[in-house]
Amino acid sequence: MTAETGIGASVKRKEDARFITGTGRYTDDVSAPGQSYAVFARSPHARAKLGGIDTSAAAASDGVVAVFTGADLQADGIGDLPCGWMVKSKDGSDMVQPPHPPLAIERVNYVGEPYAVVVAETLEAAKNGAEAVQADFEELPAVVDLKNAAAADSIHDAAPNNQCYDWELGDGAATDAAFERAHHVTRLHIVNNRLIPNAIEPRAALGEYDAAAGSYTLHTTSQNPHLERLVLAAFVNVAPEAKLRVISPDVGGGFGSKIFVYAEETAVIWAAGKLRRPVKWRAERSESFLADAHGRDHVTDAELALAEDGEFLGLRVRTKANMGAYLSTFASSVPTYLYGTLLAGQYKTPAIHVQVQALFTNTAPVDAYRGAGRPEATYVVERLVETAAREIGMDPSDLRRRNFIQPDDFPYETPVALTYDTGDYEASLDKALAHADYAGFAARKAASEASGNKRGIGFSCYIEACGLAPSQVAISLGAGVGLFEVGEVRVDVTGSVTVTTGSHSHGQSHETTFAQIISEKLGVQFENVTVLHGDTGRSDYALGTYGSRSLAVGGSAIVKATEKIVAKGKKIAAHILEAKEDQVDFADGVFQVVDSNQSLTFGEVAFAAYVPANYPLEELEPGLSEKAFYDPPNFTYPAGAHICEVEVDPQTGVVRIEKFVAVDDFGHIVNPMIVEGQVHGGLAQGIGQALLEHGVYDETGQLLSGSYMDYTMPRADDLPSFLVDTTTTPCTHNPLGVKGCGEAGAIGSTAAVMNAVTNALGVTELPMPATPETVWRALREA
Amino acid sequence: MEISLNVNGTAHSLEVPANTLLSDILRERLRLTGTHVGCDTSQCGACVVHVNGDAVKSCTVLAGQANGASVTTIEGIGTPDDLHPMQTAFRDNHALQCGFCTPGMIMSAIELVEKNDGLTEQAVRDGLEGNLCRCTGYHNIVKAVLAAARQM
Repeated sequence: MTAETGIGASVKRKEDARFITGTGRYTDDVSAPGQSYAVFARSPHARAKLGGIDTSAAAASDGVVAVFTGADLQADGIGDLPCGWMVKSKDGSDMVQPPHPPLAIERVNYVGEPYAVVVAETLEAAKNGAEAVQADFEELPAVVDLKNAAAADSIHDAAPNNQCYDWELGDGAATDAAFERAHHVTRLHIVNNRLIPNAIEPRAALGEYDAAAGSYTLHTTSQNPHLERLVLAAFVNVAPEAKLRVISPDVGGGFGSKIFVYAEETAVIWAAGKLRRPVKWRAERSESFLADAHGRDHVTDAELALAEDGEFLGLRVRTKANMGAYLSTFASSVPTYLYGTLLAGQYKTPAIHVQVQALFTNTAPVDAYRGAGRPEATYVVERLVETAAREIGMDPSDLRRRNFIQPDDFPYETPVALTYDTGDYEASLDKALAHADYAGFAARKAASEASGNKRGIGFSCYIEACGLAPSQVAISLGAGVGLFEVGEVRVDVTGSVTVTTGSHSHGQSHETTFAQIISEKLGVQFENVTVLHGDTGRSDYALGTYGSRSLAVGGSAIVKATEKIVAKGKKIAAHILEAKEDQVDFADGVFQVVDSNQSLTFGEVAFAAYVPANYPLEELEPGLSEKAFYDPPNFTYPAGAHICEVEVDPQTGVVRIEKFVAVDDFGHIVNPMIVEGQVHGGLAQGIGQALLEHGVYDETGQLLSGSYMDYTMPRADDLPSFLVDTTTTPCTHNPLGVKGCGEAGAIGSTAAVMNAVTNALGVTELPMPATPETVWRALREA
Repeated sequence: MEISLNVNGTAHSLEVPANTLLSDILRERLRLTGTHVGCDTSQCGACVVHVNGDAVKSCTVLAGQANGASVTTIEGIGTPDDLHPMQTAFRDNHALQCGFCTPGMIMSAIELVEKNDGLTEQAVRDGLEGNLCRCTGYHNIVKAVLAAARQM
């Protein structure tokens, strides 16, 4: 029964029935009787003193119910939006966390920062009202350029030189020594371009207040409703935790940008209580561009020291990371513990030292975006390695092999604080080389050149740390929360199963893969399993979905719960079958007394648990429902090899991806169809970064790439079909042997594309995105 | 203004402000929330419906323009028990993840297949360039549309 629907089967998704028929239920599809509409007045300036705000005309505008400013929220005890990860500078001092009121008070610090909210009977009335809000702005010179931010005016009084922190990791002295004895040093100046996440569903919120109960319900587009509730309750003081229910219904993509707690839902839920009526807000796309947390935005100088035979001796990395105007919810962790710790890559580089200076600028806050720090680390390492191979005249695949951590080196402790549990990097590379027909590349290049085009090939052998995270490790490094997950398995009277999980699904297919785990572990029909998520009223506190953690952490919690179910079921079966408990086996949905023909089905045991006629009530509680919290003992380490082959038209500068091969090691795989889909999507985002996407501010802090006409999203005709495959070294420390697959595509692909493009052009450095103009200019200058 | 339109086979007469968008009529007045709004600028395609047989971005159609029209939305092309071949192909090929772009993508894809014979992969990619998907990288969408084209 379970072979078709258990672990390893490409089961069609449960979610699809509603999504393909238009019956999904996203936040903006939810309406409450008597709801009002919120529209935000947003700063037109990147940096200005905010004098008086005159709300009288807005308040008098037709249909306007109320106008609120930051002062109103502050007077009501609403606190700042906090950052949940304390990073310390290398001198031991705490990072600077400037005040971040949900609605700006006294200063505005980026274009699009909200400073007032207008609530009205209709959306149109709210928009008209927002237009009528008058604010006195005294413009100040904006700090936009990350490279020079430390020398500019301080945006926040608390942050001299605009510095948030100056962090380091690794052994500086050992790294210096490695460079002193290097035969060759490869140096690169690397700009990791700012990206704007652009989930296709804009953020939205519907706040409701139940005056009789004194309780709030917030529907919102969150990847982690429990975290949203915790922050709004414990830090922002919207309501006591017990009086606030947060529901994330269907969510139309997240990619990190919906992890964070934003100003808008804070204002909406607060206003719902203040006005005693529902308040709804949905971002327009221009608001998404301006006010969703952006991603990446690093400037890095990196050096790799090599011995004469190509052995890596040391890696030195100096990065400036843009935080934007305020610290978003997890912003501080991204360029540190999710970046510096990954700089060993797949290699035995013995000495690594990284310094990261995080700086404030008058731009939208920057936080985790698919991969979050790990794409930036991979880009640094893999651009350096490829460049080094070219400089010393070694095949890039051979140079990687020369330095790979080998299968018998595991567990492998890197010089940057991680312990990789398992992997086989050469296996992935070999498979990728075969798929890419690397041997045939020279002939294909010759054919391209014969037709006047240029051709290049590029590699990227990435590693990531996923399955966030061992709570005590994370907390010791500054995390403000634990990072476990919860799973509850409720067996119904008739033997069907309802699973509740803290892992929210917004495209990842938990309703399917988690049901496959139940089908496998309990022998219950896939059709008879229902997975519930996304509601603080339904499941215990848990941490939600990001960092490719859902299966490795959330799935493991569910496995632990099924183990409790089976253990209890054996007790029940032993009683009924008059056998000893240790003589009862469970497999394929049947409890069987060993060496006998006595057995009970899973359904029969469930029924007995709820109709306890023949049941050991004096020793065992009735019912069959178990819960488990799972805290991972280590990160997981998905890794793989990506190879990209491009053709460049020198007349136009257009880069065409001829072939993209991704071979990934995700450990065991629950649903291959879904995993391939996750890889495809990640590849599109990584390729988008390399060739198309760029969040650009002008020198005054105006966002130039503020619409789909200006920010180049990958479209169907921009991308090729992909060739994806896997290798398998099972994770050694979680019960499923899984590693996570959600971010790998975005982590590995960018460097492969840029290595291919630079190979085709014969240049060392090329800024991303490699647009036709950039490529064309590079060719003219070469 | 008063408009009449036929949506998924049902006739409606509605009094709406003249600046009302077809997407708002469908979502807010008729509660057909399968049609999604992702960008407001006619770029993302999540709001695509069929108006008199043509795939149209409903976020840029005014009420007056919709007056008298016959509109088909994602809710009108099939049911869970009797799916349109394009819906089946999307499910069978895992051509959707979060599902938000899916209604518009399916409606665009149906028109593409209905109006073009002998679609190639490149023709499908070109034909769907008005619909953004952030989840799938389009790989499986292209597969699904080619599969549906063989069935339709």
